[in-house]
Amino acid sequence: MTNSWTDIKNTDLVVVMGGNAAEAHPCGFKWVTEAKANRGARLIVVDPRYTRTASVSDFYAPIRQGTDIAFLSGVIKYCIDNDKVQWEYTKNFTNAAYILKEGFAFKDGLFTGYDEAKRDYDKASWDYETGDDGFAVVDMSLQHPRCVWNMLKQHVAIYTPEFVERVCGTPKDKFLKICSMIAECSSPTKTMTSMYALGWTQHSSGSQNIRTMAMLQLILGNIGVRGGGMNALRGHSNIQGLTDVGLMSNLIPGYMNIATDKEPDFKTYMTTRQFKPLRPGQTSYWQNYGKFFVSFQKAMWGDTARKENDWAYDYLPKLDVPAYDVLRMFEMMNAGQVNGYFCQGFNPILSFPNRGKITSALSKLKFLVTMDPLETETSRFWENHGEYNQVDPKSIQTEVFQLPTTCFAEEEGALVNSGRWLQWHWPGGSPPGEAKHDTWIMGQIFTRMRELYRKEGGAFPDPILNLSWDYKEPEEPDPEELARELNGRALTDLTDPTDATKIVVPAGKQVLNFSQLRDDGTTMCACWVYSGCFNEAGNNMARRDNNDPGDTGAYLNWTFAWPLNRRTLYNRASCDLNGKPWDPSRKIIEWDGAKWSGFDVPDIAPNAKPQDVGPFIMNQEGASRLFTRGLMRDGPFPVHYEPFETPVANPLNPKIRGNPTTRVFQSDVAQLGTSDEFPYAATSYRLTEHFHFWTKHNRVNAALQPEFFVEISEELAKEKGVAPGGWVRVWSKRGSVKAKAVVTKRIRPLICDGKPVHVVGIPLHWGFVGATKKGWGPNSLSPFLGDANTDTPEFKAFLVNIESTSAPGAVA
Amino acid sequence: MIDDSLVQPGDAVHPGKPVIVDRYGPGARINHWITATSLILLALSGLALFHPSLFFLTALFGGGQVTRTIHPWIGVVLFISFFVFFFQLWRANLWVRNDFVWLSRFTDIIKQNEDRLPELGKYNAGQKFIFWSMTGLILVLIVSGIGIWDQYFGEATAIETKRYAMLVHAIAAVLIICVFILHVYAGIWTRGTLRAMTRGSVTGGWAWRHHRKWLRALASQRKAGPAE
Amino acid sequence: MMDSPRTAISNPPVQPMESNLTERDLVRRSATSSLPPPERQLTPVAKLIDVSKCIGCKACQSACVEWNDTDPAVGENVGYYTNPNDLTPDMFTLMRFTEWVNPETDNLEWLIRKDGCMHCADPGCLKACPAPGAIVQYSNGIVDFVHENCIGCGYCVKGCPFNIPRISKVDHKAYKCTLCSDRVAVGQGPACAKACPTKAIVFGTKEDMKKHAEERITDLKSRGYKNAGLYDPPGVNGTHVMYVLHHNDKPHIYADLPDNPHISRVVETWKGVTKYVGLAFMGLAAAGSVLHGVIGKPNRVSEEDEEHAEKLVERNGRGAG
Repeated sequence: MTNSWTDIKNTDLVVVMGGNAAEAHPCGFKWVTEAKANRGARLIVVDPRYTRTASVSDFYAPIRQGTDIAFLSGVIKYCIDNDKVQWEYTKNFTNAAYILKEGFAFKDGLFTGYDEAKRDYDKASWDYETGDDGFAVVDMSLQHPRCVWNMLKQHVAIYTPEFVERVCGTPKDKFLKICSMIAECSSPTKTMTSMYALGWTQHSSGSQNIRTMAMLQLILGNIGVRGGGMNALRGHSNIQGLTDVGLMSNLIPGYMNIATDKEPDFKTYMTTRQFKPLRPGQTSYWQNYGKFFVSFQKAMWGDTARKENDWAYDYLPKLDVPAYDVLRMFEMMNAGQVNGYFCQGFNPILSFPNRGKITSALSKLKFLVTMDPLETETSRFWENHGEYNQVDPKSIQTEVFQLPTTCFAEEEGALVNSGRWLQWHWPGGSPPGEAKHDTWIMGQIFTRMRELYRKEGGAFPDPILNLSWDYKEPEEPDPEELARELNGRALTDLTDPTDATKIVVPAGKQVLNFSQLRDDGTTMCACWVYSGCFNEAGNNMARRDNNDPGDTGAYLNWTFAWPLNRRTLYNRASCDLNGKPWDPSRKIIEWDGAKWSGFDVPDIAPNAKPQDVGPFIMNQEGASRLFTRGLMRDGPFPVHYEPFETPVANPLNPKIRGNPTTRVFQSDVAQLGTSDEFPYAATSYRLTEHFHFWTKHNRVNAALQPEFFVEISEELAKEKGVAPGGWVRVWSKRGSVKAKAVVTKRIRPLICDGKPVHVVGIPLHWGFVGATKKGWGPNSLSPFLGDANTDTPEFKAFLVNIESTSAPGAVA
Repeated sequence: MIDDSLVQPGDAVHPGKPVIVDRYGPGARINHWITATSLILLALSGLALFHPSLFFLTALFGGGQVTRTIHPWIGVVLFISFFVFFFQLWRANLWVRNDFVWLSRFTDIIKQNEDRLPELGKYNAGQKFIFWSMTGLILVLIVSGIGIWDQYFGEATAIETKRYAMLVHAIAAVLIICVFILHVYAGIWTRGTLRAMTRGSVTGGWAWRHHRKWLRALASQRKAGPAE
Repeated sequence: MMDSPRTAISNPPVQPMESNLTERDLVRRSATSSLPPPERQLTPVAKLIDVSKCIGCKACQSACVEWNDTDPAVGENVGYYTNPNDLTPDMFTLMRFTEWVNPETDNLEWLIRKDGCMHCADPGCLKACPAPGAIVQYSNGIVDFVHENCIGCGYCVKGCPFNIPRISKVDHKAYKCTLCSDRVAVGQGPACAKACPTKAIVFGTKEDMKKHAEERITDLKSRGYKNAGLYDPPGVNGTHVMYVLHHNDKPHIYADLPDNPHISRVVETWKGVTKYVGLAFMGLAAAGSVLHGVIGKPNRVSEEDEEHAEKLVERNGRGAG
């Protein structure tokens, strides 16, 4: 989230698209109802299904899954055509005025530089013209034909309401009604918030779905303001924390990158991380990258990380591929290239696509370790459960170690919510049986393995032997110790850069926040964005003061929000060029002639003059990007590509299947289905009664939603002879499931390209263990590929067939 | 004309002083008392739930829950025992013309001017009225009772149906209790009746006085029948 | 402490408390004619369910199960989202989902109503109940079942105009929403209202709830729901659980919420005139019999009758011999 949950109460218009906030985030959704009840805010829902969010909306429109870019590009076009643009914001706070290089073009659904064999682009032409001064060239009048604004206008020109209706299946009148509601928010005193979740991310063009809305929000002037923003609703209570601390193969904490094998030394690594400002006088905050990186290395390897050894740069693994994401890991596992797998807090055979492949892959492991507070299907993937898990245990040789862990209610620590709040919590109960904290398990494994390395050596034992592990109890690091590491501390006395006699932070003391981090090895910090969470003032995450001066929804003394306890990112953009709020009734901060101050922590240097320094300090431009240069793999502007499995051909270029830069493993190509065999457009989702695969273990939740079902329209049910509550079989090229049929008016056939498209909705909460009735999940059916940029699996759009059937047979 | 139905299997006369007339066999008597006991228990348990002032009667059965549980089961017993009775007696209770004559002389009945009344078969119109109203009311009670026997038939009927069943059951119960009172009182007021259900027999005088036609039929049957 | 809680969102007391709902606060008690009038009048409370704010998340159902410690069965899906498929002795409240196409706009509306006891000011269950003290009504409006007095007859089911009470097959007692009388008694609002994430369920004095409803109705009217209104049906003298409905002109579209609920005339007849007339009838019959028995002359068989019989039998016997 750029903003916070509590800030949603400040909005005038909520657009829920690519998500289902009321069902998947019912507690957060209260802020939508607050905005509606107290501000008269309106709620728009755009979804293939009429969801529970739609049930409290002011306006609902259907959309075919996987066509959000076409829809939103259509809205952008509408706003441009109807002069519904926050012009001052767009001109000054986005890169609309930047002039693009000659040679950049978009033709037949592809940008310049496409290499079909590699399924990738040469992005050299995706950049700005650079002037003699080394800065990007701009035309503030927006007249230049190659300025971003005019290129954007040209790019979205095809997304007419007729095109949207044809591709998305959204009736034109409904689309235009939504356009007009959204366009009203181009006024500086009206804001719109976008709430989205996996309905946008789990697509082969997931990142671009989000980008398209971000661009719309920028031209409406809705980023950085109260009640605005791009608000990603995280699906797990701590999934935000997972990304923050970089639990991905290509990241290190704080959104820094793991080096690649093309960066053999620290110097090379840093050459592409200079982040020189692209406009004069701009703040480019990533110029501090070195400070954060060195402090991280110090946190990892302490005294071993020295200037002389490039801060132990060699200890970091180097990537030979863009990422070892879950799809790649399971592809390799299935190819017999993985021996062991630690599965901590995950249930792959229900949560990763193409369950058949996942089961096959797990069967090829030598060992599998699961760490989970609950029984997972994954830990029993080798058990035969009749139709529900049709495997032959005798043929599976994988040794499975099931380690019971504690659950959140038995643990101490911080959970990071969607609004980036690190909320400390305390255990409410004692762990049952042999359950242990994950930190205990990891501590035990680490200290034992270190001992083995010490005794037996190995190819390169140094990173393990020298890992900084100075916890009071090495076998079980304490949550507070770990939190203090995340905040960082001074390793020697830190003196004031302008006055060497003045000690700012004495050796051994916690740094105040990341502004005190250094790149000379005198500070350590395990995750720079979290710095400030646990400083000498104490555990700021444990604060529980719910005072809210000005009733802004900021709640600055409630826990800690990264970065620097800032609640609304880019909040400088809530003010005009003179530093005055666009909407005085919704002030966040303000320039008083000398400094910035207000209800939130300013997202700008306190003394940065409003006319000089742009609000988007994490970008080298100081401005936000309508055109992303080479940062996105699939294009600097979003393009509508059909999902890989689609009932409708790509309207721009029928030869393109899916997103042209999505990685597709050779072994999966044959398992992609087409609409002749699989005519129905399936999508997957969560239900409010359940939380993933946890709550099916709880009898209360199980009673509230006991049995696996799929949802289909009355029309499709009639066509297929399916009775409400009857059994159906749903199958794709990859698998088959049986489910109860919920026949509903909430799903209606969409008319796309002149023919009806039937949607099949498949919720995901059932498996073969737990208190609910046994069932399946959509991952038995969905394809093994994902977003071009993140490889997030395409769970939201794939093809299936459906027929009436009988109940699953007796369970073995 | 002597109607076959006047005499029932087991009815017989034994000469002597007084004459003894067998009216009910042991089976019928046991059945009668089962029915009677059931009806009394049903009335008590039913009344307990009918009016708050009578709720104390539940104590007789061991509390409200038990009362609620056993009442319908007793109803089933009553239904079965009564209908065993029914199939034995219904022919004798068919309405004949004399019954109107008898009824039309109501004051003579009360004033005990027996001579002014027509000669009757095994049952008089009052007894027949009791018989048929019991039959009808028990049918109504069992049907409406099952409709509100929620423990086993809760889902079988709609609530609106149950409401009517409740009302009908209550009214039928009131009526059957009144009929019951009438039956008991008539049995007591008409002295010599009770022994028909205890010893199974009545005196010849009783039969002469109240069911002369029946007595004549029995006596003549004796004459026509095989020698003892 | 205030006599009735004003909200459901306050935190629970940390010290043990005396219950503020006692026998002395009863205004009605089933099958009890001589109830002493209460010494004080508690401020009437109400739960307001704003159907237009409800997202059907079932947190209320879950909270209800947790607080009342019931154990609902894991059932099956029968083709819709309402689960369990009906109220049960273990599920005192239930989200009922109705898909309704508004004929005026041709738009689908998914109406989600939290079903449960309405806590009628004129409670049909209490009227029908034959067991003294099994159903009680407090002066704050709460209608509660007292299980130790319940005999499981199901009369309350017939008395209820909303089809709410359910009889347990396990202990044969009637169950329904208590409006969390045990929480209200210690200053806490109902568990469902506390759990509701969108404040679709709010709790307070009935007066406050009516005022709050007015604000909600104004908001709904601004959104085009011209028939938005408060459901506080006069047929049962109002209820202590009320709804804000977007279409208050047709409550029946919300999963058969009665348009004009009242205690069934059949039940009124059964528990009214039948009860009194019936008792009188039976009493008269009994008394009449006794009276006649005392003053009337019993119908005795005379000696002559016996002789007549003897002669008759003799005559016929001879004929036979």
